[in-house]
Amino acid sequence: MKDFKHISVRRMTKRFGDKTALHEFSLAFDKGEFVTFLGPSGCGKSTALNCITGLIPISGGEIFIDDECIDDSRNKVAPEKREFGMVFQNYALFPHLSVFDNVAFGLRLRKHTKKSVKEKVDTALRLVHLEGYGSKFPAQMSGGEQQRVAIARCIVLEPRLLLLDEPLSNLDAKLRVELRYELKALHERLRVTTIYVTHDQTEALALSDRIVVMRAGKIQQVGTPEEVFSDPANLFVADFMGFKNMWKAKIESLSQSPDHLDAVVKTAGGSLRAHLRYPEGDPRRSALVAAQASGKPVVTAIRPEDILLHAQAGMNLLSCTSTLVEYLGQQSQVSACFDASTPEGAADRIDFRSSDRVEEGRGLELGVAPDKLLLFPELDTIASTVEEGSP
Amino acid sequence: MSSASKSGSKVLLAPAIAFLVLLFLYPFAYGLYLSFTKADGGATFANYVRFFKDPWDFRTIWTTLWISLPITFINVGLAIPFAYYMRRGMKGEKTITFFLIVPITLGAVLISEGMLSYMGPRGWLNQFLMAIGLVHHPVRFTHNYLGVVISLGLSGFPYAFLMLLGYVSGINPDLEKASQMLGASKFQTFWKILFPLMVPGVAIAFCLNFVMAFSVFPSAVLLGQPSGPTRVIAIAAYQWAFEKFNFNAASAISMIMAAIELIVITLVLVWRGRMYKGASIVGKG
Ligand SMILES: Nc1ncnc2c1ncn2[C@@H]1O[C@H](COP(=O)(O)OP(=O)(O)O)[C@@H](O)[C@H]1O
Ligand SMILES: [Mg+2]
Repeated sequence: MKDFKHISVRRMTKRFGDKTALHEFSLAFDKGEFVTFLGPSGCGKSTALNCITGLIPISGGEIFIDDECIDDSRNKVAPEKREFGMVFQNYALFPHLSVFDNVAFGLRLRKHTKKSVKEKVDTALRLVHLEGYGSKFPAQMSGGEQQRVAIARCIVLEPRLLLLDEPLSNLDAKLRVELRYELKALHERLRVTTIYVTHDQTEALALSDRIVVMRAGKIQQVGTPEEVFSDPANLFVADFMGFKNMWKAKIESLSQSPDHLDAVVKTAGGSLRAHLRYPEGDPRRSALVAAQASGKPVVTAIRPEDILLHAQAGMNLLSCTSTLVEYLGQQSQVSACFDASTPEGAADRIDFRSSDRVEEGRGLELGVAPDKLLLFPELDTIASTVEEGSP
Repeated sequence: MSSASKSGSKVLLAPAIAFLVLLFLYPFAYGLYLSFTKADGGATFANYVRFFKDPWDFRTIWTTLWISLPITFINVGLAIPFAYYMRRGMKGEKTITFFLIVPITLGAVLISEGMLSYMGPRGWLNQFLMAIGLVHHPVRFTHNYLGVVISLGLSGFPYAFLMLLGYVSGINPDLEKASQMLGASKFQTFWKILFPLMVPGVAIAFCLNFVMAFSVFPSAVLLGQPSGPTRVIAIAAYQWAFEKFNFNAASAISMIMAAIELIVITLVLVWRGRMYKGASIVGKG
């Protein structure tokens, strides 16, 4: 394997006819990193992956491995010469070859000796816990086993970059979790640079060093799992990361400090205080300042688990009426509205979790701490796929 | 499945079985019976012995193989790359498919008629070849071996192509991508992945083409020299039946035809079995 330090993708764009599937996608990967592309279906994750592999030509931009340009949208290094490995959603095992021959395929193309092929294939099969499966055929194996073969088939070649396109999404829930652990363990062990594509936020959080959240062909946020989870860059990322309670609000006042912002907003449920860790220079901060100046509405975002049934001192109070209670075992999922008697009051939905019993139609006094309430400008209205595929 | 619905499905099979028996098994059994009887009804091997002893008849086997095997290889051999290049669809695919289906719908007689006029000594093909100076005298495309082979190409290639096209385009496209990502060139991908997966289709296309070519009759008469180089086995059977009115001898020839076809089909299936050891499922994703 040729060694390298970084792979960098610069302003990579892909158009299908007049549809832009990928817009100025820029990102640099360090060697050994595990990066996940996360987004709803149709947002361009697979397109990004296939462009990086060279399987589909890019319409603009460049891809570099250190200083070597492997694709500048006119000339490109052929996919088979890039030393990248790819795992497909449907496994794409060769049905006419045994497991051994599948894994040996790339080695034999590289003219390894018989002995070295056998050693390497056996090692790879052991790594994915498939010792003794060599003589089986793909059709005789379960989905999870097939996906392990597909992974072995790639890692046996020690690729510079391993790309996985929703590798777990065809498996049932239990297997998905199991194979996720194994992928994580495999990465800890081999440290092969990995790009992982998924629409499942749990997978992304569990596996990644960094997550790239995408929407409609554009990167929305790049950050560690903690960053995207607790500090989403916009309403879309917040929604995708499980924030709920998105109510329209008007900014009444803003007080700015260098590293944070205190806001008071008016919602259908009354005035609420927000303590926002948006430092100076943060685009979210300038957007809120602009929204205050122009009087444009903003949107709140609160995780359901941050709304408490019993308000504590210093919290915002939410007076509301429960409308629907779903029993989920340890907790109940409760939906409520501020005021069922007016259209504005009924429009906004309050979602929270409670371990205490809540009856439907009861008046509640909920609490939410100001630093758990985020504020975002409204999303622009480009062809959005927010609902589709979001968890 | 409950026993009631099992017997129900058997009832539904009945028309098909009756159809098979009436149209295929009965004539076959009757032909087999005729081939082993004398004109007066007694049992005999004479019909077979006579065929193999009569050099004029016996050589029709080689004549027919010499016509049918090369063109079957050509048809299937050409259909493979064509199907490969059109596997993901292309511009004008509908038009191409249309022109390929036309010969199928025309049938052998119309193809022969067309070839006689277009490819004859004064046909436009020869006029064109002479006009561009490729040849100085008309080339004989008809009333010879070449004529029969060309007509079998026209009628057999579309079958082979359409059958293989269906086969390749059903192969999961990710297999090609996977192969490429593992370092295979386009040719290696074709040879190591796509072709082995096409083998069952290739085998069927070959058998079908061969059987059609081996039983060639109208074009061998109309486009060939039915009394000489293109006196195929079907002509021999025809002459015994309808010129000499010896149905027993004719039946024996048909049985020999069937046996040769069966031998070739068996060889092809053996080849298929060796090429395609893996599971019989083509991954569709
Ligand atoms: N070959 C193609 N031709 C035209 N449009 C395409 C093609 N491939 C993908 N697209 C479009 O590009 C967008 C992104 O697709 P894709 O990358 O497959 O999304 P994802 O993998 O995130 O679900 C989609 O709107 C899809 O319809
Ligand atoms: Mg995809």
